[in-house]
Parts: sequence; structure tokens; C-alpha cells
Amino acid sequence: MARKVGMEVSVAIGEAAKLANVDVVAAYPITPQTHIVEHLAELVANGELDAAYIPVESEHSAMSACLGSAAVGARTFTATAGQGLELMHEVLYVASSMRLPLVMAVANRALSSPLSVWGDHSDVMAVRDTGWIQLFTENGQEVVDNVFCAFRIAEDRKVLLPVMVHLDGFHLSHVIEPILFPEQDKVDKFLPSNQYPLPLHPDRPVTMGDFGPPIIYSEAKWAQEVNLRASKEVILQCWQEFGKAFGRHYSPVERYHSEDAKVLLLTMGSFSETAMTAIDRMRESGKDVGLVRLRLWRPFPFEELRRAVGNAETLIVLDRALSFGGPGGPVCSEVKAALYGEDKKPKVISFVGGLGGRDITPAGFEQIINRGIEISQKGSPNEFEIFGVRE
Amino acid sequence: MPKPEGEMTWRDLEIGAIVTEPGSASQYKTGDWRSQRPTYDFKKCIKCALCQIFCPEGCIQQNDEGHFEADMYYCKGCGICTRECPTMVITMVEEEE
Repeated sequence: MARKVGMEVSVAIGEAAKLANVDVVAAYPITPQTHIVEHLAELVANGELDAAYIPVESEHSAMSACLGSAAVGARTFTATAGQGLELMHEVLYVASSMRLPLVMAVANRALSSPLSVWGDHSDVMAVRDTGWIQLFTENGQEVVDNVFCAFRIAEDRKVLLPVMVHLDGFHLSHVIEPILFPEQDKVDKFLPSNQYPLPLHPDRPVTMGDFGPPIIYSEAKWAQEVNLRASKEVILQCWQEFGKAFGRHYSPVERYHSEDAKVLLLTMGSFSETAMTAIDRMRESGKDVGLVRLRLWRPFPFEELRRAVGNAETLIVLDRALSFGGPGGPVCSEVKAALYGEDKKPKVISFVGGLGGRDITPAGFEQIINRGIEISQKGSPNEFEIFGVRE
Repeated sequence: MPKPEGEMTWRDLEIGAIVTEPGSASQYKTGDWRSQRPTYDFKKCIKCALCQIFCPEGCIQQNDEGHFEADMYYCKGCGICTRECPTMVITMVEEEE
């Protein structure tokens, strides 16, 4: 029987990596990711996990070590957050461009300055275009499940790309939740051993990350783009197989009372669960509102998003990151771009909130939705509104 | 041998543009970088091989007469051989094509 345990989500991620039978962990501790890698270090030191734990001097080195281990075909896991993710930045591109299947949990954190260890999506948005598959999760169970899915997707022969599993720093990483851990044999069955097709090996030398002059660089980049887009099919299949094996179902765009609602709210990450409470309350008082949650950030699920929001009149998008001087929240920009060419589409209203760990309560979400409805009717001179800032 | 890079489509590339055969760098024509080329007055050459030792490209070999000469496919025209030659065999001239 699968066991249900009350556990801090960060510790549960370590347990998930253990169940996924990782070979190598290279990581540098940073709040709010620290407990994930601390737990993995303990598991390795106690002999409970047969893996190499590589302590490194920075996140740049952590990701570089991960490249090396993924390149020899070892199942590789790491985790980071905020400034750590930014320090990895250039190496993130190398991981995806060399098509190395590794998995990283990111405990989403705001960026300095002022220094904030608390959560928002500023770190994620800065690595949007690094070529990684990026999944968002809303609770501890989803993170654990998606660690297994992430490895299966990353290592699929048709994909071979690194995957980020995003979880909100503190709001998710540090809470204790009941988590259902599947049995080892079921995980092993779902996640066969990593068979990287062109590993570094002295008997069969290959060159990775070779010199790419103008005559070949565009071809290399286009191959990468085609591959990332095509990975969506494998991601869908993987979630389907996961649902069959474990009874929990995931999809790129998830809906909550959204089917016939005129007004929709779109969120990403753990705030979606708070938003559900707000939607429940508003529906109880007769308001025609629903929620759409974006789970797959890259590759962007254009078709699924259009289907989910196409019939609404108003779509209010909440971003937990600013795009300074830009058209609004980064998620909202992409949603607008996805809908621009459609004949039938909702008015899209952009809100930014929940920055640097600021809570948005159910009452806060009600205010955002009501203000969004007001803007869609009366218009607004602003590209977007920020929620909850003291004037 | 794989296709020359100029003929490869994106579909021809290995995953991650990984190169699976050793020695592929030998195809790379670094001679394209050259703005000056070495010319030789072999009458002065004492066959000491200093130019070959100092050549950063490793592209200098002995010809049939035993004189040392750069392979123009790889020679980048840096002029280090000219500077190091003790008997002033080599003169750099502008590439004018």
C-alpha cells in the first residue's frame, strides 16, 4: 500500500528524488530550497540513497556538475531558488541546448533588492526562455508526483530535455501536508532506468557543446525549438499514464468551475488553491466566475489555453512578477499573445500581486476579480494594476 | 563522414548537435581568418624548426626539400613564425584577394 505521511513539502521532495532512484545530486543550499537538499544530503550520508552528493561552491557550479553527470547518463537532480537560479542562468541554456535530461525543483523566490527570501515568480520569469520544460505545482502531492513525471518526461527518447518543477517558496516548500508516497516497485515501473543515447564514455568519444559557427547555429537552435514544442505530446502522455498508474490526473491547463463562466481568473502555482476558495464564495453569492490554472509554462499550451478561456467575456490574469516597463505581468503578456489572433476571445485584464511573499487572501482574490470586472466594463488607462500596494 | 556543415539541415543534426566522430575540428578552415600570409626565402632556411615549435596552430610541416612551410588551410596569419625565425626567412604580406 502506498503510505500517507504528514511531511514538510521540501522533505517530501527529497523522498521523491530517493524513490526516483537518482544517481547524482549536485546542489548549493539557498532559502527556501534548503530543506530539499539538506534532506537529500542526509539520505546519502545515512546510506539510504545510493547516490553521489556533490557539494559545490555556487549554483553556477551546481548546474555545471549536473551537466556533467547527466552527460554520462546518470539520473541527476538538483534544486535551487531565487538568486541561485539567476546565478545558474547561462548554464541553464547549456543544459537544454545539449539536450541533457535532468530535473530541478525550484522553490520560487523573489529577487533582490531589497533582499527577499520570500516567494514570488520573479526568478522563474527571468529563466523563461532557457529552453527548459517548466511545470507549476499547487500542493505537496503535486510536487512529489511531478518529480516522477519530470524524470519520465526528461528522459523520454523523444524529449531529452531538462525539466524544472516549480513550487512556491515557503507557501509550499515549508508547509506540512499529508502526502501519499507510492510503493518503490510502482515508481520503478513508471520510471524505467535512464537510457541516455549518446553518453560521454571513453570507448565511444563524443563532443558536446561544440563550436557552432553561423553556418550551423540556426539549424541547431531550430532543432531545439521543434523538439521543445514536440515534447508537449510526451508530457500529455506521461500525465495520462501517471493518472492510470496512481489515480491523480494532471493537465497543462486546469479548470475550476470555468466551463460556462463569463468571468475567469487565471493563476499559476499554490495561490490557485486560495483562489479556489474565493471562486467558491463568489459562486455561492451568485457570481458567474471560474478559475483557470496554468500548470505547463513551457512549452506553452496554446491550444489548451484557447479552449479553456475562449468562451469567457473577461479573463483576469494574476502574475506574481513584474516585467519592469513592460506590458503587464509576464504570464498575462503570453496569454494575450496566445489569444490575439482569435476571433472569439475574452477581454484580458492584467494584475500583479503577491510579490516577495505577500499573501493574497480569498477576500483579496474577490477584490481582484471585482476590480477586473470593473476595468473590463469601464476600461483603465493603465497597462496593468498592482494589487495591494499602499498608496 | 557526416555531410559538410553547410549542407546539413536541422534534421541531420544529432541530439543537442553532439558530434559523434573525433577529429571534426580538422574540417574547420581557420585559414579563412587570415589577413596576412607568410612568404618564404628558403635560401636562408637553416631547418632549425623553431617556426614549427612556436606555431600556435600547429600547421607548419617540412616540405619535400626539408624546409618548414605553413598549411594555408589552417594558417591564421598570426606572424609568430616570422618573429621567431632566427634567419629572417619569412615575410608577412597582405592577403589581397
